[in-house]
Amino acid sequence: MSDHTIPGVGADGRITLAHGGGGTAMRALIDGVFLRAFSDDPAAPQEDQARFAMADLAALGDRLAFTTDSFVVDPLEFPGGDIGTLAVCGTVNDLAVGGARPVALSAAFILAEGLDLAVVRRIAASMAACARAAGVRIVTGDTKVVPRGACDGLFVTTTGIGVIRPGCAISIASGRPGDVVIVNGMLGDHGAAILCARGDLALDVTLGSDCAPLNGLTEALLDAVPDVRCMRDATRGGLAGVLTELAEASLVTVRIDEAALPVRPEVAGVCEILGLDPLYLANEGKLAAVVPAAAADVALAAMRAHPLGRDAAVIGRLETAAPGRSAVHLANRFGGQRVVSMPSGEQLPRIC
Amino acid sequence: MRFVDEFRDPELADRLFSEIARVAERIGRTRTRPVTVMEVCGGHTHTIFRYALESRMPENVEFAHGPGCPVCVLPMGRIDDAIAIARRPEVIFTTFGDAMRVPGAQGTLLQARAAGADVRMVYSPLDALALARANPERQVVFFALGFETTAPSTALTVLRAAAEGIGNFSIMCQHITIIPTLRALLSQDDFRVDGFIGPGHVSMVIGTRPYDFIASEFHRPLVVAGFEPLDILQSLLMVLRQVDACTARIENQYARVVYADGNPAAMAAIDRVYETRPACEWRGLGTIAGSGLSLRPAWRAFDAEQRFAVIPHHVADPGACRCGDVLTGRIRPTQCPAFGTSCTPDCPSGALMVSSEGACAAYYQYQGQKGAA
Repeated sequence: MSDHTIPGVGADGRITLAHGGGGTAMRALIDGVFLRAFSDDPAAPQEDQARFAMADLAALGDRLAFTTDSFVVDPLEFPGGDIGTLAVCGTVNDLAVGGARPVALSAAFILAEGLDLAVVRRIAASMAACARAAGVRIVTGDTKVVPRGACDGLFVTTTGIGVIRPGCAISIASGRPGDVVIVNGMLGDHGAAILCARGDLALDVTLGSDCAPLNGLTEALLDAVPDVRCMRDATRGGLAGVLTELAEASLVTVRIDEAALPVRPEVAGVCEILGLDPLYLANEGKLAAVVPAAAADVALAAMRAHPLGRDAAVIGRLETAAPGRSAVHLANRFGGQRVVSMPSGEQLPRIC
Repeated sequence: MRFVDEFRDPELADRLFSEIARVAERIGRTRTRPVTVMEVCGGHTHTIFRYALESRMPENVEFAHGPGCPVCVLPMGRIDDAIAIARRPEVIFTTFGDAMRVPGAQGTLLQARAAGADVRMVYSPLDALALARANPERQVVFFALGFETTAPSTALTVLRAAAEGIGNFSIMCQHITIIPTLRALLSQDDFRVDGFIGPGHVSMVIGTRPYDFIASEFHRPLVVAGFEPLDILQSLLMVLRQVDACTARIENQYARVVYADGNPAAMAAIDRVYETRPACEWRGLGTIAGSGLSLRPAWRAFDAEQRFAVIPHHVADPGACRCGDVLTGRIRPTQCPAFGTSCTPDCPSGALMVSSEGACAAYYQYQGQKGAA
């Protein structure tokens, strides 16, 4: 269906307020863009809710996992992904790091009047492709249109349900002294890619976001090491945010080794120029996993055997902390020690 | 990274650490008081903490973290002036990122933005000028901050705006100069600093000669330093060797970037566009004569404070904070009663907690709230 066959779309192919009005224009947008992209059977009758057979869910595990996340990003499209892939991966990953198999997602869109319909189509298509890659379906959704200026192009909220495999007891509070911390690859790619994609830095470097669904990787890891203590995807706040939460919740000291942190030279370079720290940059396809020391080699091998874990590395270990002194310590290449603190606000580039 | 990793080589660092320990031990044989070395520049403070250099210092060597972070020494009243301009509906107020979090009495520029002011982060004054070209119906103001490092780029931007006849561009000039402030510090009777690690970027512009008085009048050594950990360690060693030999000379460790005469083109731009302010207020240090720059009469048309008839705010520094004592090396950040209690990076009341280059923020971030307590 071409744009001009969707009622309410002008000759220039832009979203109008009519697309949120509940009438034929809205119906046409949903049918012509979202259902087309997301549904296996667009012709099937549309109910007001998605339905799941309990038996199908019970076959996958013994508990439901349920999570939601909203996505706003500027620019909407960037090297390595777009707001749609972020929205699918973000929610899939939040389920996966809890030991859940993601089953289904909802997607709710807030569109700004004037948004190019071609952008909406591209984002819906990339969400569909990403969901297929992750083996999850987008089964329900919503669309609203707000006047120009009331939202920055397009916002997406995705909610996901998954089923947790039996016996899996992953928790941010389960870390024990002696455990090791593993990350599945290069840190800070997404944060650095977004900074560069905004184009106001005039840095001649092309960096792709690491945006990817991690459920295949977490499945492989859990198959190899069923007693993984905890996993977290290192999104906003970066690895520093995840590790400070781990230290606080598990009442341990997390000691990491700067030399072991996998960081691309380009990302290190961007950080160098802007005075940022890759430990705090966002990732969209990276997780930190804590495993018992005895399982470290098996875990590392399982991760490295997966395409999204090729650069996996042990970056540190957990140690006993005196009461009230749990923290993240970084050992630098000089044999010096410093505390890695909880990120505070957004990182702002330094003046000089 | 080429040309960076070479200056972070752990083996070379180990050799420097041992040599520093050896010289410090020799100094310790004849003096009981520790040697206090002030790094003037905020970038150096940042390196010292990021690489945890203090954790491997001999007991009798201490760093004092000086006043060289331009964001940290921004007085509260100047932030209020900036907010007054930013709140005007016709104004797009542009600033370097880390100035957005500095609190004045009326809050921060970030808070002003949340309340509706059009405040935007830029990476260079030329970005602000581009905004002025693109928005001819708006007034674009650039918050011109920093030492001689950033003053030339602001100056050249003003000259370009004049040449292009861009009438909707102006600057709020808060450029400051380090030399008068070093003199003021050294003139205090109880200033206990034994030597300086001199600023690298500032010296790239002004050269090394302006520091000569520190050696000739005040008998302290100063070594201009680069920003990598090996730069700092080597410079510290050079200062300690001078202390050990009881000499006071100006040396240049950062010769790959800094020349004795500095950058004459940049100095000429500064001289063409600015004149010295009779007095300039520094957060934590008070008013220092001749330490600020303002636009010369020929360029006053680009002075935002004149254009918008700003009535300057004067706000006393917060009472509990002892930023001045930290800046002059009299106390360590953790000895300030506000540190980590009423003053944290999330809610800074003192200047040194604001920027990541500030000594208090660096202590808090890299040693932990309870770090040295």
